[in-house]
Amino acid sequence: MRRDAQAVILLLVGGGMLRLAWTGDYLNYVKPYAFWLIVPAGAILIAVAAITGVNAWQARKEADDGHGHGEPKVAWLLLAPVVGMLLVAPDALGSYEAERTGTVVGAEENRSSYPELPDDVDPVPLTLLDYASRAIFDEGQTLEDHRIQLRGFILYEGDEPQLARMVVSCCAADARPVKIGFDGELPGSLEPDQWVEVVGEYSPRQGRDEINGELVPYIEVESVTPIPTPENEYQ
Amino acid sequence: MPHNGTVSAELARTEPPAETPVTPAPPKRRGLTSIEALALLLIFGLTARPGLTELFAAPVAQAWSARFVAVCVQAFPFLVLGVVLSAAISAFVPAGFFHKVVPKRSVLAVPVAGVAGAVLPACECASVPVAGALVRRGVAPAAAFTFMLASPAINPIVVVSTFVAFPGNPEMVAARVAASLAAAISIGWLWARLGKTEWLNLPKHHHHDDGKWAAFWSAIRHDFLHAGGYLVIGAAIAASLNTLVPETWLQPIADNPVLGVLALAVLAVLVSICSESDAFVAASLTQFSPTAKLAFMVVGPFIDVKLAAMQAGTFGRRFALRFAPTAFVAAVLAAVLMGALLL
Repeated sequence: MRRDAQAVILLLVGGGMLRLAWTGDYLNYVKPYAFWLIVPAGAILIAVAAITGVNAWQARKEADDGHGHGEPKVAWLLLAPVVGMLLVAPDALGSYEAERTGTVVGAEENRSSYPELPDDVDPVPLTLLDYASRAIFDEGQTLEDHRIQLRGFILYEGDEPQLARMVVSCCAADARPVKIGFDGELPGSLEPDQWVEVVGEYSPRQGRDEINGELVPYIEVESVTPIPTPENEYQ
Repeated sequence: MPHNGTVSAELARTEPPAETPVTPAPPKRRGLTSIEALALLLIFGLTARPGLTELFAAPVAQAWSARFVAVCVQAFPFLVLGVVLSAAISAFVPAGFFHKVVPKRSVLAVPVAGVAGAVLPACECASVPVAGALVRRGVAPAAAFTFMLASPAINPIVVVSTFVAFPGNPEMVAARVAASLAAAISIGWLWARLGKTEWLNLPKHHHHDDGKWAAFWSAIRHDFLHAGGYLVIGAAIAASLNTLVPETWLQPIADNPVLGVLALAVLAVLVSICSESDAFVAASLTQFSPTAKLAFMVVGPFIDVKLAAMQAGTFGRRFALRFAPTAFVAAVLAAVLMGALLL
């Protein structure tokens, strides 16, 4: 591969990363803190592309074809993530993945403290993972006498709708869902992947995830309101 | 088949107008030059984009490409860090420096290199190019490999994330550090006894007369394109396995202690999770025994499909073919031993 082609590839990779950071789409793939990794790395790649481009141009003026040194052919493969980042731009993982992966709540098993929920907030917003671990490992003690607000997307386990959210520890490749069942009356039509805000109360009912046999807690539903997809779909 | 037509149009909006020499080269004796091929691909991508988005509309393809892009986006910054460090070592550290600093006898140099791994706060994508630069700068390969293996497993960020992932369970952190260090040092000593330099095939860095900075930038360019290409292969394999292998297969295996350890060790190789976060994934695999989780965390930074591809690119295929299985066996043995002692 010639040096000017290398410059283009470096520019595309670096530019693709900066574009993800600029548009906020990077949140579909990595944690928010990764912004501070992506931006400097993208900038360095663009700087390297610039220097490579200038060198290649100068070398051409000296009647030299920007000697390639038989450079790595494998570098062509870097076009694949460029296509992924800029052309395909896949959405964040959703119900398709969540229906095929077991609930992740077991990781919270050793958590030691469940601070009291505030009394002056109603309903109390909680993350799905927090609700699930309080419900399962603390028998819902801190959840009683509170109205709880949860936000997640809808998935179906068999015919039964569930509330879910993907938990990401590093990047979307390790995304795993946390799932919560609905107890009580539900509004008629809930499409998979529809984002909803659920207000309700703790329900002692528990089920089992069909995939990994982990416990799935339930919430006694008071209302289910469709909401727009949040910017960061992961937790 | 890569298409990236609208790329240049989109970049033009977000990037400063770049120095890219996109004009095709003047006609040459040989056939298609790479810059012409690239230009053709850009045009093809531009026209094929609607079909491309349709092709990737199926849920499986969406999930696959999201994972693939995620691994790349997460790993590239660490790869950049690694190639910048390794380029700095190649360009600015005088050739005699490591001879003075690293002990001459590999019996001593190997453990020193292992403990020194704690200073590079990055995951395994960074440590591979750095180890390549160390070897090129005259550090004994045994010591460089020990550094490469130990660093992603025992650096402060990884220790803290393991501690957070296993709250109230500090012996897991101790077991991870001890097992990783022990396995890394044994592999270093093993290489010192049995390793042959002809297995190594380091890509040559041509000499630059233009000075140190020219060598520095040139090394970054070369190493990123090279290791990055192999990283892409690894990311594609990891995304495929994560998407296509159903999790239900794991359940019956988890109940058997021996199979459980082997299964998580193999899983660590296949899923290629960054060492800074593998502890969280290990913690969530609650069906498995603590020793199996330990094996997952010790094997992952040592060898996985992404690393094997990068090691093959940095040190040559003959090296990778021998090194990968050895690293796997050493990591599993160390994890089982430490699991029996500490967990």
